[in-house]
Amino acid sequence: MTDVNHFIVLLTILVLAVFVGFEVISKVPTTLHTPLMSATNAIHGIVLAGAIVVTAGLFDAGLAHTWLSILAIAAITLGAINVFGGFAVTERMLQMFKRKEGTK
Amino acid sequence: MMVAISLANIVGIALFVLGLHYLNTPATARTGNRLAMVGMAIALLGVLAETGIVDWWSVLIGVVIGATVGIVAAVRVKMTAMPQMVALYNGAGGGAAALISSVEAFMAFAHGSSFDPVVSVSLVLSALIGAVSFAGSLIAFLKLQELMTGRPITYTGQQFVNGVVALGILGLGAWFVATAGDVPPWAFLALLAGALLLGILFVLPIGGADMPVVISLLNSFTGLAVAVAGFEIDSILLIICGALVGASGTILTVAMSKAMNRSLTNVLFGAFGAAGGSEPAAATGHVQAIRTAGSDDVAVMLAYAGKVIFVPGYGMAVAQAQHSVKALADQLEKRGVRVLYAIHPVAGRMPGHMNVLLAEANVPYEQLLDMDDVNPEFATTDVALVIGANDVTNPAARNVASSPIYGMPILDVDKAANVVVLKRSMRSGFAGIENPLYEMPNCSMLFGDAKASVDALTAAVKAL
Repeated sequence: MTDVNHFIVLLTILVLAVFVGFEVISKVPTTLHTPLMSATNAIHGIVLAGAIVVTAGLFDAGLAHTWLSILAIAAITLGAINVFGGFAVTERMLQMFKRKEGTK
Repeated sequence: MMVAISLANIVGIALFVLGLHYLNTPATARTGNRLAMVGMAIALLGVLAETGIVDWWSVLIGVVIGATVGIVAAVRVKMTAMPQMVALYNGAGGGAAALISSVEAFMAFAHGSSFDPVVSVSLVLSALIGAVSFAGSLIAFLKLQELMTGRPITYTGQQFVNGVVALGILGLGAWFVATAGDVPPWAFLALLAGALLLGILFVLPIGGADMPVVISLLNSFTGLAVAVAGFEIDSILLIICGALVGASGTILTVAMSKAMNRSLTNVLFGAFGAAGGSEPAAATGHVQAIRTAGSDDVAVMLAYAGKVIFVPGYGMAVAQAQHSVKALADQLEKRGVRVLYAIHPVAGRMPGHMNVLLAEANVPYEQLLDMDDVNPEFATTDVALVIGANDVTNPAARNVASSPIYGMPILDVDKAANVVVLKRSMRSGFAGIENPLYEMPNCSMLFGDAKASVDALTAAVKAL
């Protein structure tokens, strides 16, 4: 990634994503702020994808099964906790939010 | 093949955004969560295809352990413990980002290779922010779980120590960037250790009631760490997801600070309430003249009211009283009383905490009103029943310019015809200040554990 243009493209994507994030999330009502936080916990679980990329990088560099693999596996574990735990607990909370009976 | 993988990324990202969009009403929120789940599955499958799963054992071990821990925790966690759960999840994301940077750095040390400027800057930043978020979240967890004191921990020269640590980290980071990663491994380890220390030091002086701000802030840090890690490993997926989470955390941080009428700097560095904490009000030399009421009197007041507003606070969560509160509401509604709930933005220990607890007790979400919606209602309310809330009902915030909480938006419970405060004792709230509400002629106190008091009220109403 030595290309300056490529960096600018990534930066553009970041800036636009920040705007999309502000726009979408500012409409979430306060009553759903706790599930919002746990859902965003799941979404930053995408760091799991990064951990998988790094693990593959270790393999390609001939460094698989060294002590660095332990760090990579730890990163995968933490990412997976975010993804699975985040979505599961959000689902559990959201199913508690009910309307008044009879108004369905 | 590469096209298919890029398309998977785009579909995944679109589903994340759509999923967050559907979180804008409780009715569609579950659909939103599921869309995000599908998006995550598609995105991760794309990444697995891209990397060719060369080291599939490592991936499998990590995912199986992580999924098991995550799901078991998600199923078992009590709703009252959601703040510490979210704190741990924030920490896990930050920790993962820091680990990714560490692996990248040590791979380069092993091969003697160097980084281009974008990668070295983002590597340092994601290691730093990730480690701060990881350590800070662990301290927040320990405080919320009451494994350590929830009160601010302060000492002289605290800001100075933090400043020195921060400068040290910046120096090491600048060295790493200037040499394109050609530093001795100890320098990188020192950077990580410094960032972990800074994370600990920055959460230590922050008190329990400021936790909604801290959790939101750590959430945005983790998002930022993930976004920066995206620059490091050239992943649009990480950049966009990190940005979405960062935006969310920032919005919540600002909303929480606003709800306390305090700047973020004041929350982080003010060590608010450090002097008072939970000292009894009598210690200030002034004994408040209050009226106490028995549960039978309060039950009569409630049962013959037209409209009652419940004002839950952290005390309700501590006493696990949400189901009892709902049972009392059911009894009152059976008698034709209109019941509403007033939720202050910073009631509880994280944004939206009270709403989740009451939702767990099957309170329909239409009855949960925000501060702005509920405040005009108090004037026409017969009884405001305050359950374990204190500072958010303190009228001093409106008119006593010398009060530490002056200017903080509050719930106007004092405008109700009658106010009944359920409280364990006359201990003051987190801010360590007296609440003049308790001396007002329309206010009476019902002392005891919130759950026991509410249960007694329910029984008394039933007996009428």
